[in-house]
Amino acid sequence: MRAIRPKLRSNPREHIVTIDNDSAPRIMWSGENLIMEDLPVGTRVIYPNRPMTPVANPQAAIRYALNHPEASDPLHAMLKPGMKVSIAVDDISMPLPIMRTPDVRQMVLEIVCEMLADHGVDDVHIIIALGLHRRMHDWEIKRMVGQKVWDEYWPDRLYNHDGCDPDGMVVLGHTPHKELVEMNRRVAESDLTIYVNLNFVPMNGGNKSMAVGLCGYESLKAHHHPKAIVESNSFMDPPKSYLSHSFKRQGDLVEKTLKVFHIETVLNNRCFDGPLSFLQKNEDDFTETDRLKFQGMKWALDRLPFAARREIFMRTPAAYEMIACYAGAVDPTHDRTIAKQNEQNVVPVEGAADILIMGIPYISPYNVNSKALNPLLVQVMALGYFYHMYKNNPILRDGGVLILTHPVSDRFDPVHHPSYIEFFNRILTETTDSYTIETKYQDELAYNPSYVEMYRRGNAYHGAHPCFMWYWGQRGREKTSRVIVVGADNATVPAIMGWETAGSIAEAVAMARGTMGRSAQITMMHHPPYMICDVT
Amino acid sequence: MHSYPHRPQGTPPKYRNSAAFYDVDGTLIKINIVHAFAYYAARHPGLIDSARRSVKTALSIPVFWAADKLSRKWFNEIFYRSYEGASEDRLIVLAEELFEDVIKPNIYPRAKALIEESKRAGIRQVLISGALDFTMRPLATYLGVDDLISNKLEFVDHYATGKLEKPFVAGATKADIMRSYAKAHSIDLAESWAYTDSFSDYPMLAVVGHPTACNPDFRLRSLARSYDWPVLDLDEEVTRSVARRPQGLARQIRRRT
Repeated sequence: MRAIRPKLRSNPREHIVTIDNDSAPRIMWSGENLIMEDLPVGTRVIYPNRPMTPVANPQAAIRYALNHPEASDPLHAMLKPGMKVSIAVDDISMPLPIMRTPDVRQMVLEIVCEMLADHGVDDVHIIIALGLHRRMHDWEIKRMVGQKVWDEYWPDRLYNHDGCDPDGMVVLGHTPHKELVEMNRRVAESDLTIYVNLNFVPMNGGNKSMAVGLCGYESLKAHHHPKAIVESNSFMDPPKSYLSHSFKRQGDLVEKTLKVFHIETVLNNRCFDGPLSFLQKNEDDFTETDRLKFQGMKWALDRLPFAARREIFMRTPAAYEMIACYAGAVDPTHDRTIAKQNEQNVVPVEGAADILIMGIPYISPYNVNSKALNPLLVQVMALGYFYHMYKNNPILRDGGVLILTHPVSDRFDPVHHPSYIEFFNRILTETTDSYTIETKYQDELAYNPSYVEMYRRGNAYHGAHPCFMWYWGQRGREKTSRVIVVGADNATVPAIMGWETAGSIAEAVAMARGTMGRSAQITMMHHPPYMICDVT
Repeated sequence: MHSYPHRPQGTPPKYRNSAAFYDVDGTLIKINIVHAFAYYAARHPGLIDSARRSVKTALSIPVFWAADKLSRKWFNEIFYRSYEGASEDRLIVLAEELFEDVIKPNIYPRAKALIEESKRAGIRQVLISGALDFTMRPLATYLGVDDLISNKLEFVDHYATGKLEKPFVAGATKADIMRSYAKAHSIDLAESWAYTDSFSDYPMLAVVGHPTACNPDFRLRSLARSYDWPVLDLDEEVTRSVARRPQGLARQIRRRT
């Protein structure tokens, strides 16, 4: 009997909707709330593709990848009793929001650890490859790796990477471009490193996994600078990204020096399901039930205090499912990963927008389980990640206007983002020039002993991390003529970042048309889940 | 075994003229000067005398507390009078035991690591404490700091008079002492750090470019939040494990207090 296949797509162009006189208003995220706004007639709304069908048996897919790797011996053939193995795992910054358990990393780890034990490999350490991100809390690690791995390895053989540990880091060398390559000592001294990656966006995974996830501050400086960002057109298009080229050079040195087996997993984009599945739908297709659900949700969100709204969203994991798993040598494995990921996330779009509208949600890679999406992170979501969600050509034409919706409140998490507070209130009020910040302030924050201590033993992002976040928006800042925030609860914070404010989308569009003209092409990117526009 | 060079130990040049000033009681250690005095009182020669002085110390605690709340100057005058008649030799000899028995077990778990990070950045390390110099000296040696600034008891013929030598190291005077110290050692206070747990030490935080609240009391925590100063909790036991943070509402409440 033929298998029943799910309906994939009724209309190949369904991801683009043009607003007409009778079109429904569109839902946009605005931090920990939603807004519904009418858009001008003629506005193009771009939706993500529908979630791809997951692999039927993820464990079997993982085992198949380990036994049939790309340009490498199978994992079992690389194992010898008594050898020293390190397993590096991506941290909590991906996927967003966090996925339901079992996390895909848990599934991979359970299989890999079992295989290592079967081959008499006992000297195994699992290291959370967080680079200069914050240390994961123990309860976050437990949730990510699962009870079985937790019980076996925590805390002596399962721990966070420490990029500032003078005894725990080594220098592997320099690339031909004089880029320093540092590495976690345990990994550098292992006979084999297995990298367990969860690939969520094309800029992640591949060479970045080892070169960034297990590095220190001095080697991160090789690519985390304003010039690298400006010359990345875009982050999400690896062949045209300066960042990717630098990761590749560092990664080549890592691969030449160390023996690494990469395991990469790809998820579909099922960000919301069940009662929240209407958030992934075209508003024109809403049923009465969808409208009721939205109104009910909006009514509740409008009345709940900020902390309660945030807690609700943080406790609502996404329904992501694994659509592929590849393993083996870094480049061929990552090429297959990117191809699969593009199949899920790339949407073809004709022509760039003059005015781009986007809702900024409550989450970013750097505020999972934090107190707030602070203004710097709003900036990095808007001008960093969402601006860069294109390949081939920018979705917002150079000189265009960006309109975003977010309260941009003056809220910071002092535990996770202590140096962000100083950066925003002291440094950014002195200069917003990334190049000045890089030369004058970055090292000061990086070597501030209070911040080093908070990174190494607390749960804070590295002292220099807010500088990187500001650089992340550099290309977006240079290429847009205006950034207008709708729904800001104050004017000071947007003004510090050089942004204007408007009371509504209609007002913001009127302001933007003042720059771009009455016939300006308006586009809205309807995320999350995110999509990458292949602009021709 | 592979062999790799250590990572380069770069010290940013701008920190060469910087200092880190640490208050001690409540900041680096869990106890305060009253604990030290109680230790001396309990080890007085003679069982009856020792018991009498211990009881007297215990009964004086509310007076000390009230005096400290009203004025650090009053507190010093009342508190250090209790040392009157103590011999200098005995105080110094017992200081080593005081450190091993009382102070060392009560050093905050992350205090030494903080000082190590600061030293690694090339910053001069200074303890500035209202406690007595002979009780602080073993701690300063243990932590490997460069200088110790603390109160000194006045001695006549090697017996304590119960008075402190001036200036008292407390409150606004700490800031004055730090200014003088900076001038004498060519330290740039704008590029220096100060760490304290108490609102009463606000002046020492106010004179440096990098004030940091450590295990702060309620008033200092509020002040730090208002001024966007970093807040360090050195009492969290952290090795590779991470102390579990309270979740949900409890976490919100904890962050607000």
